Amino acid sequence: MQIKPILSALRRHKAGTILIALQIALTLAIVCNALFIVHERVDKVNRTTGLDETNLIAIGNDYVGAPETFAPLMKTDLQTLRSLPGVVDAYVTNAYPLRQGGWSTGVQTDPDSKKEGISTALYFGDDHALKTLGVRLIAGRNFNAGETQTVKREQQPGSPQIIVTKALADKVFPDGNALGKVVYLAKGKPSTIIGIVEKLTSPWIENNYVDGDYVVIMPVIFDSSFQNFLVRTQPGQEDAVFKAIPQALYAVNRMRVLPEKLGVRRFEDVRARAYEADRGMAILMSVVCGVLLAITAAGIVGLSSFWVGQRRKQIGVRRALGARRSDILSYFMTENFLIALVGVVVGVVLAVGLSQWMFTHFEMKRLSLTYVGIGVVALLALGQAAVFAPALRASRVSPVEATRSV
Amino acid sequence: MFSYYLQLGLRSLRRNPVLTALMVMAIGFGVAASMTTYSVFRATSQDPIPQKSSQLYNTQLDNRGPDKLEKGEPPPALSYKDATALLRAHKAKRQAVTYPIGVSVIPDNPSRLPVREGAYATGADFFPMFDVPFIQGTGWTLEDDEKHASVVVIAKSLNDKLFDGGQSVGKQMNIDGHLYRITGVIQDWAPQPLFFDVPNTGGFDDGAQVYVPFTRAVDLKLPNAGNNSCTEEPGEGWDNYLRSECIWLSLWSELPTKAEAETYRQYIEGYAADQQRAGRFSWAPNIKVRDVPTWLDVQHVVPKESQVSLIVSLGFLVICLVNTVGLLLAKFMRRAPEIGVRRALGASRKDIYAQFLIEAGTIGVAGGVLGLILTGVGILGVGLVFPEPVARLAKLDPVLILITLVVAIVASLIAAFYPTWRAAQVQPAWQLKSN
Repeated sequence: MQIKPILSALRRHKAGTILIALQIALTLAIVCNALFIVHERVDKVNRTTGLDETNLIAIGNDYVGAPETFAPLMKTDLQTLRSLPGVVDAYVTNAYPLRQGGWSTGVQTDPDSKKEGISTALYFGDDHALKTLGVRLIAGRNFNAGETQTVKREQQPGSPQIIVTKALADKVFPDGNALGKVVYLAKGKPSTIIGIVEKLTSPWIENNYVDGDYVVIMPVIFDSSFQNFLVRTQPGQEDAVFKAIPQALYAVNRMRVLPEKLGVRRFEDVRARAYEADRGMAILMSVVCGVLLAITAAGIVGLSSFWVGQRRKQIGVRRALGARRSDILSYFMTENFLIALVGVVVGVVLAVGLSQWMFTHFEMKRLSLTYVGIGVVALLALGQAAVFAPALRASRVSPVEATRSV
Repeated sequence: MFSYYLQLGLRSLRRNPVLTALMVMAIGFGVAASMTTYSVFRATSQDPIPQKSSQLYNTQLDNRGPDKLEKGEPPPALSYKDATALLRAHKAKRQAVTYPIGVSVIPDNPSRLPVREGAYATGADFFPMFDVPFIQGTGWTLEDDEKHASVVVIAKSLNDKLFDGGQSVGKQMNIDGHLYRITGVIQDWAPQPLFFDVPNTGGFDDGAQVYVPFTRAVDLKLPNAGNNSCTEEPGEGWDNYLRSECIWLSLWSELPTKAEAETYRQYIEGYAADQQRAGRFSWAPNIKVRDVPTWLDVQHVVPKESQVSLIVSLGFLVICLVNTVGLLLAKFMRRAPEIGVRRALGASRKDIYAQFLIEAGTIGVAGGVLGLILTGVGILGVGLVFPEPVARLAKLDPVLILITLVVAIVASLIAAFYPTWRAAQVQPAWQLKSN
């Protein structure tokens, strides 16, 4: 390939060359960081909770007034919910996955330990919890009806029986055999692990409070005014149950509030709300990438067309001297490739620099090299695609041009 | 001359509609992306109480020990012990403790359903200290605080709901089964960022409709609806909770001068030192007394998403500009012969500058108008990208419109500078010769 003449021609078009290279470099820097953010967020949004999320409804409920205890009210509500047509099962809890608010506590194996223990999410429930959530019990047994205790607001919950996630079981007892072992979630209150579930995530999507899928379920009715009910419906009955719930609950007890925003929600709404910011960021960055690549391509087309227009005479001369059409085509393609190459080399440096800067300032993850690679290939291909039309036009310049107006 | 150059510019732009459209779109998209993300950034980084932000101070002190802190930053809230001790000492012109509570208001009319409202337990100083605008009555008094009085301040929306917007001062209302006397009605007041309750709201929230005295709320054991953090089990019951080192209260103080702020800071430092001497803390005083802007900064109120997207879209604008420089260069240099003729006929370099900058300016204006339209679309779409409490703060107001247009025109002039300079360097002789 005749690279030398291309280089000497470029030396006479410094400004244009630098502009295209610069544009490619900046585009690469932004695009691979943006794509990386998209990838990260999409990964996060696609994480599973361990629940069967279809046909599941979450209810935030607030009892009004200050009775001696809320337990009978909850019992009535549970009976009401469980007897609604189309409902498979229901239970009452303090928190559930993706709720973005809940309890965390420390797990100890030593009752006298002064350390904080392994931080875990704490869910309350009863013998209906596992069936309602649709999580899979992989070892041990479920709670039975007699094990559920009512715990007062000011008491420390610490039931004799608990069910934990496999992740937590493996963390606390790395040798396996967590089943039947005793742990401490409150001082002086031993809890025996009677069951292990395959997967269940904490209420938070960030690992601020709990460092993994560490969850403990306790057979506890927590006696306070704010409660969450989870309801599993039969397939196809979700809409009907969703509509029937407020009426049915207000019919048994009017002294309650089902908040407008976080009252009765389908689980898909719970999920959508939890990942709102991540989804938004992924959309924004995808749009930015798309528009950016389009603008860069348009810029290359514009500048290349200008060059072709400017060099019609020279092209004519070359053609007249025996260059074939394919020679002209490959001349412009190679020229663009060389410029783009310089652009991506600078771009890789900028991309890594930008990623490093965002890493220190925004605690974002460092750019993975795969994305740099993808960006480099994408931009080289984009350059070739963009220059193809002007180059084709150049190759069609007739040798006659050489004879005109010289 | 200006209108003549403008005509020339427009004619030239019409001659190459695709190139022109490309440049206008590049500037339009670049400006719109930057302005849309800027509108969110501006809203989240604004000063919520500009007239007083440098006189209002949040107090933090380390009651858990340096090994339990992240980067030595004392916890964002205070324990009941410390908050009430500092309140009693009263070393500031005004001061108030706050914590969020959740309340249900029970309407007198039994056919109406109870309503859940966001609420704060706080002190009498809260209202004058934060310039809370009253539409009826006033806040309660310091005496009410001392008497643990059952009084309440409500906001306009709740007053509309309960009393159809009528006069309600002096009336009773039922909150969770307890009667309170209304002393005043305020506007639906929620400065954004909600500086006085960042730890619980992240800074963006509807604010509260109900305010009750802190002393009364503690008597009624109204549970904290916000974050609570304990490093040790507080023990069972409300009284143990109050005695514990759990942190859940914000203390704000009004200190009109720098000197008063310094004295206050020294007092807090002294208080922490006293606690160390008394054996409660086994570490040196670690306290922070921060005014509103510093507090918002340290609490990272501006969402990470907002900053990252602003940076990315500014990068986007720069790329659009580089693109425009390239296209303008192509466009201007193609007209080298025309420039040669004009120069030969006596036009000075200055004339060439004026002509081409005006042409670029028209592209800037067109790009600005397109950018403005796209910014409008973008702000409508902000809800897709940012959570609702943040998204609704982004508004297309006159200031933003002006900024958008100015940015577009300035950007296109910057982009035009190099191509214009090249155009002005055209040697008339060469151009004339080759034609």
